[in-house]
Amino acid sequence: MLSGRVPQGVQVSSETQILRGLGLDSVAILDFIMDLEDRFDISIPLDRVAEVETIADLSGAIETLMRAAR
Amino acid sequence: MSLFAKFDGIRAGVEALLGSVRNPFDVRFDRVLSPTEALLEGRPVLLLGTNNYLGLTFDPACVEASMRALEETGTGTTGSRIANGTYSSHALLEQRIAEFYGKRSAIIFSTGYQANLGLISTLAGRDDHLLIDADSHASIYDASKLSTAEVIRFRHNDPEDLAHRLRRLKGRPGNRIIVTEGIYSMLGDTAPLREIAAVKREMGACLIVDEAHSLGILGANGRGLAEAAGVEGDVDFVVGTFSKSLGAVGGFAASDLPDFDLLRIVCRPYMFTASLPPAVIGSVIAALQRLSTDKSLGARALSNSRRLYGGLEQSGFKLGPEPNPIVAIKMPDPARAALFWNRLIDEGIYVNLALPPATPGSLSLIRSSVSSAHSDVQIDRAISIMTAVGRELGVIAAR
Repeated sequence: MLSGRVPQGVQVSSETQILRGLGLDSVAILDFIMDLEDRFDISIPLDRVAEVETIADLSGAIETLMRAAR
Repeated sequence: MSLFAKFDGIRAGVEALLGSVRNPFDVRFDRVLSPTEALLEGRPVLLLGTNNYLGLTFDPACVEASMRALEETGTGTTGSRIANGTYSSHALLEQRIAEFYGKRSAIIFSTGYQANLGLISTLAGRDDHLLIDADSHASIYDASKLSTAEVIRFRHNDPEDLAHRLRRLKGRPGNRIIVTEGIYSMLGDTAPLREIAAVKREMGACLIVDEAHSLGILGANGRGLAEAAGVEGDVDFVVGTFSKSLGAVGGFAASDLPDFDLLRIVCRPYMFTASLPPAVIGSVIAALQRLSTDKSLGARALSNSRRLYGGLEQSGFKLGPEPNPIVAIKMPDPARAALFWNRLIDEGIYVNLALPPATPGSLSLIRSSVSSAHSDVQIDRAISIMTAVGRELGVIAAR
């Protein structure tokens, strides 16, 4: 889902810093997160987004929210 | 490490973008001559980016009321209303705003930004759920940060998405508070408020509508989008500003809810800041009177907007979706947007350069705001110059 969004040449791993490592501005990051919300049918509140630093953190937050939603 | 090192990326980005163009963060007018004209770098410039929708900043009745208040009541209140007291003019303006909106009560704030910051952050408490449009103004995002509620963005102007996100909250305690805007400040598009109000009713939520850019423009009486859409009864809180159509500074919130005035003792951005000075209150009361009695002001702003929008569209520019007083041209990239903006100033036109992340969808925009005070000649000149610059920079096809 990130491949069409990040600038060419940006390598993404689970340790990539979301704010500094993706080459996206803050609004583009929030729009990417909105796509994730649709994909997993959850809402990721902005205060949870603020706690997330890396792709692995984001993945963990999504898993937690999906478990809570079941 | 410097305290400011965290901003190195932003600074580098701005420096790289600007190169040889003027700095849009540091435009200094030598003198503002009228609602539509100023002197910049010693030359006259047409003001087409100052949100002066009804052109009331030099209105004789507003200026006179302001000067009278200044002479009678002094230059400032020197503090907050909870410490220094409420002037009779503060109370009168609140009464006039409440009457204008047909609401039980109104509270004025020192800026429109603070009105959103105060109202939203105070209403949305722990365990509540705040649902904000993705394209919300910075004041709504900042209010969300200050609030202790759970904050959820819904897709811009998408009532279905809003309803879906509200359904996900089923079974969870807490109030649901929806925030939307009348006219959005970057692209000038309006919210589908009738549909959003229907979602609000169905889901038992509360609705806040920020009419900052629609006050004086939309609705038969200029009350904004809620009036135009016929859903004023569904709006629990109207927010607005005095700094655009009313030509001064300050903000307000109005509501029918009986406990609304409790905000005066719990809303920190209302309580712990200096209140508006008498001269501002004086001109705003006069401007509200002008708006209420002269319906041609808003109509003229809209017809001028359609003139600018139509002319630019005919020239081949890609624009925002609706011809409202905010007319945004979509630029191919930030560098071209900066060059375009700079060339317009060379040619005597002042508009706004709006770049990501301050824009929706990472768009680079040239944002105009049209006034009822603009003449047809001024608007036609702006269209002609924008078209020529657009061709020169390859934004639109050559003739």
